[in-house]
Amino acid sequence: MAERERSHTRGGTFVPRSQVLSAADVSRALVRMAHEVAERNGGLDDVVLIGLQTGGVPLAHRMAGALGDAEGAAVPVGTLDVAFYRDDIGLRPVLPEAATDVPKDLTGAVVVLVDDVLFTGRTVRAALHALSDFGRARAVQLAVMVDRGHRELPIRPDYVGKNLPTRRDEMVDVSEDGVVIGVLE
Amino acid sequence: MSRALVLRGGEVVDAGGRRRADVVIVDGVVTAVGAGAANEAPCGATVLDAAGCVVAPGLVDLHAHLRQPGREEAETVESGARAAALGGYTALVAMPDTEPPVDSAAVAKEVLALGACAPVEVAVAGALTVGRAGERLAPMGELAALGVRLFTDDGAGVQDGAVLRRALDYARDLGVTVAQHCEDARLAAAGAMHEGAWSSRLGLPGIPAAAEEAMVARDVALARLTRGRLHFLHVSTAGSVELVRQAKAEGLDVSAEVTPHHLVLTDAACAGYDPVFKVNPPLRTEADVTALRAGLADGTIDAVATDHAPHAPEAKDLAFDEAPPGMLGLETALAVALSAVELDVALACLSWKPAAIAGLSPRHGGPVAEGAAANLCVIDPADKWTVTPARLASRSRNTPYAGWTFTGRNRHTIVAGDAVVVDGEALR
Amino acid sequence: MTHLLSVSDLGREGIEEVLRVADAFAEVGSRPIPKVPTLRGKAIATLFFEDSTRTRLSFETAAKRLSADVLSFSAAASSVKKGESVRDTIETVEAMGMDALVVRHSSAGVPVQVSRWVKHCKVVNGGDGWHEHPTQALLDCFTVRQARGDIEGLRVIVVGDIRHSRVARSQVLAYGALGAKVTLVAPGSLLPPSLEGWPVEVTDDLDAVLPSADVVSLLRLQAERGSGAFVPSLREYTSRFGLTARRAERLGPDAVVTHPGPMIRGVEIASEVAELPQTLVTRQVTNGVAVRMAVLFLLLGGAR
Repeated sequence: MAERERSHTRGGTFVPRSQVLSAADVSRALVRMAHEVAERNGGLDDVVLIGLQTGGVPLAHRMAGALGDAEGAAVPVGTLDVAFYRDDIGLRPVLPEAATDVPKDLTGAVVVLVDDVLFTGRTVRAALHALSDFGRARAVQLAVMVDRGHRELPIRPDYVGKNLPTRRDEMVDVSEDGVVIGVLE
Repeated sequence: MSRALVLRGGEVVDAGGRRRADVVIVDGVVTAVGAGAANEAPCGATVLDAAGCVVAPGLVDLHAHLRQPGREEAETVESGARAAALGGYTALVAMPDTEPPVDSAAVAKEVLALGACAPVEVAVAGALTVGRAGERLAPMGELAALGVRLFTDDGAGVQDGAVLRRALDYARDLGVTVAQHCEDARLAAAGAMHEGAWSSRLGLPGIPAAAEEAMVARDVALARLTRGRLHFLHVSTAGSVELVRQAKAEGLDVSAEVTPHHLVLTDAACAGYDPVFKVNPPLRTEADVTALRAGLADGTIDAVATDHAPHAPEAKDLAFDEAPPGMLGLETALAVALSAVELDVALACLSWKPAAIAGLSPRHGGPVAEGAAANLCVIDPADKWTVTPARLASRSRNTPYAGWTFTGRNRHTIVAGDAVVVDGEALR
Repeated sequence: MTHLLSVSDLGREGIEEVLRVADAFAEVGSRPIPKVPTLRGKAIATLFFEDSTRTRLSFETAAKRLSADVLSFSAAASSVKKGESVRDTIETVEAMGMDALVVRHSSAGVPVQVSRWVKHCKVVNGGDGWHEHPTQALLDCFTVRQARGDIEGLRVIVVGDIRHSRVARSQVLAYGALGAKVTLVAPGSLLPPSLEGWPVEVTDDLDAVLPSADVVSLLRLQAERGSGAFVPSLREYTSRFGLTARRAERLGPDAVVTHPGPMIRGVEIASEVAELPQTLVTRQVTNGVAVRMAVLFLLLGGAR
């Protein structure tokens, strides 16, 4: 389930409306993005993938697999839950959903944050703040499967699976079956 | 021009029974009691409506802490007496644990003088020992000459059996009553509430029932030994009730009182750590409440006495185990008693029986009849009212009944023929 | 959660939630910079009317790791003496803009009273007289779970001065809520006057229950609270209830030992036993910060 920026302040169930990417489309996009990462960074030295909990984690692992196929090198994968860094809390505290497991010192690393959907940008801002507590990375890049617009902060992705204009009230779900747009009811 | 007062349309209830009757009072004395007596009243008489009400001898409290001299921020003789009048009392016995204590004629005279201007009759109890220290006897003869009839170190019990024995022997000749606050200080040891399931759960040091019962048992033995007259203050446990029952069955000259709060509250009330429920002896268990009510009903316990113990709000705003023990009682005693026992039992235990123990009979508590002193109360047994601490006449606010709704309230109080409370408002 | 005054405020689900969130904060504690911005702008005051450096530092570290501002009041330094109005202190502190108060007092019930006096502050019981010490019991459960897995069904024995122990009362509630089987081990004079309603077994025979115990929770003999008078001598206490080296040999292979600290070596625990790997005391201290972070986070982590 994507859209962590809203699921904590509103309840409801996700009702799908239309499928915009198939599972095969997502796989192809991942392979392309993996090649772009390798190309942009001149190889995989010092590259670390960090998947944002929870939607970005499976994508990070799949991308690591694709990078391994492409470059023949293993890329370390970490996970990051940004609950403690959010600035959009409601009346109840936001509890972390899953583990944070980051290679201890990121000083000098090229961190590629991986997430499923880029929306307001607040999650990425929180992730940048969290990363700064793990050492001084050489660079931080952002890979997302879907950029759905409606940014509220000056944040832009380096690698995008698909640009998908959406209405504010819509929601985007990325899973093994592809990418689906729907609403919360 | 005589002072004339008529209580019209009520039902008179006293030790002799019940009857519909008006009561006519002239110059402090009851001159007529009977249906239609109001029509024969002198003209110019003030008429107080008693329709639907009970007209009874005024209540007498055996046990009130008026705090003066020494703790006037909590209460004074005047404010305490006003609270008593509102509660339907026409007389009370002021406890001697003042600062300085009433262990000398000088202090007794001071309190009696303050009481002379009070809206109800203030009798004074004297300390049993000098400084209430439990060692040397106080000058009981001197105090008795001033009219003191009851002697106690209340607030503490006399720990040394030999001292109590001596007091009983000495008091016997004077014809006065020794009253004991039964609490073995070592067994009670800094306890803050009843020792039991609740104190264990709340982590508070407790006062076991045995701390009271051990001393009641000892004192019954001393009453037996000396054939003296002994009154047990504020009994609070089922075990104490049984000991008094056996002592009376044996023919010993003992009497006992219970507080209103011990008839309706239990140690569960301390669950929120509110020091308003901290009192000595502490609130005990349901089983104790049941035994105390039964004791009142069968005459084992003679009187309901308030143990009115005012404390200024700052004094009670401390940790539960640091706060001083004590609750207000004068204005709510009647209502609380009516919620626990039948009206007839309540009146006996609030009026004529305590009057006799206090030596104030028949002036107070006596039958409502021609020639009797006019110390009366008029009670509306159906009046529903809610306790609001800020509206109490006491200087203090430590009532455990804040927000409680009771049925039954004193409406008028007549002391020595004067209406001091009319329609629930104090005139003095 | 409005306040944490007693373990019973949480219920089983509440306790599980605290432990889950504490896991996340334990990870934070292992980072090079063990800090998160979650409670930035919030102010937390520790009001320790009864001294305790360890617990106060643990709470203050927890608050600082959450980026909250911390003020500390301790009885020794301040003008608050026994009999002075705690209420005045509370109202002053709240007026200074505090969001949460951690209160420790030698009298039972003070945190409950404080929770009635405050207008908006959240109140955490840091230990009140003999009554409760909820965060200690929570960190004990966290540490035991870390070492032994699920607490459901574990046999926990609590040994020592139960009568005067706030840790014991909180532990009985916490372990009980999580499904452990709790046995109290103490001489009769160190048991509460009544165990009515307590979901426990009781014995004075430590040797009988030691071999089957999964968790041995040792309590300190509280000399400053007067426990010394309740047993004939420390030597007799140790011989009957101390975890001596000989007794430690009879512990099960997976059994663990906890102690809320400070340990009195040679009385409730032999010095060499305190050093054994199954004694979890150091881990308890580390976990204390994570658990207290979880509690403060759950109380203050929402919008005001």
